[in-house]
Amino acid sequence: MTIREVAKIVEGKILTGGDRMDEPVDTACGSDLMSDVLAFVKEKTVLITGLINPHVVRTAEMLDITCIVFSRGKMPSEEILEMADEIGMTIISSPMTTYTACGELYIHGLPGTKKKQEGV
Amino acid sequence: MAVLLEKSFPVEAGAYTTAGEASTTIKRTLKQLGISADVLRHVSVACYEVELNLVIHSLGGTLTLLVDPEKVTLISKDIGPGIPDIDKAMTEGFSTANEEARTLGFGAGMGLPNMKRNATEFDIQSEVGVGTTITMCFALG
Repeated sequence: MTIREVAKIVEGKILTGGDRMDEPVDTACGSDLMSDVLAFVKEKTVLITGLINPHVVRTAEMLDITCIVFSRGKMPSEEILEMADEIGMTIISSPMTTYTACGELYIHGLPGTKKKQEGV
Repeated sequence: MAVLLEKSFPVEAGAYTTAGEASTTIKRTLKQLGISADVLRHVSVACYEVELNLVIHSLGGTLTLLVDPEKVTLISKDIGPGIPDIDKAMTEGFSTANEEARTLGFGAGMGLPNMKRNATEFDIQSEVGVGTTITMCFALG
């Protein structure tokens, strides 16, 4: 699935990184707990979250996540958008709840991330 | 082994706003050195976790990056308060993080186990009243 398709499925508004819309994503992760995101996620993942603070972008950058969907129509601050823009990350704001956005992506064929195994 | 790069970053206790800036710089530095994406992600995750731990739990400390032809080494050294029970601290889900850390989405008791999972070699030494030193190595290639 491409980031463009993700945006369409979650009925999202693209706020940054509009030039990366044709990049592929393989998995998705829905969480407000960045501790879990750091433990579970691998590359080419979309992060769907209702948590809005600069650490969400920083966490995503550490994991090479290229696309974040903020759920329930939440709009990130200018600071967050500037951080994302600087590293070329796509930020999407979706009117859906986290649960619905995850569900829609799942039924359209985007699987969830799995916990990393020891030493992997 | 000849050290190709050595850099130290002071990390302030309770500096939630700037937490992660050292990790961002370290990631960008290693990327410029041409470290593979896979190793880079392991280093970045462990580095960010350890930096957050310094901000959330320590009285302040230093994060040091060392690169030689065979590995990347990260050393986190703080000035206290020290960990009374390391086995307990290494257990997933055990956390002594405060409300501020939790509000930001951290402090779920995943940090230390996640560092160990991402590093090739992981060592933690701690003494109450003295401080904690975490050394992590990441093999290159």
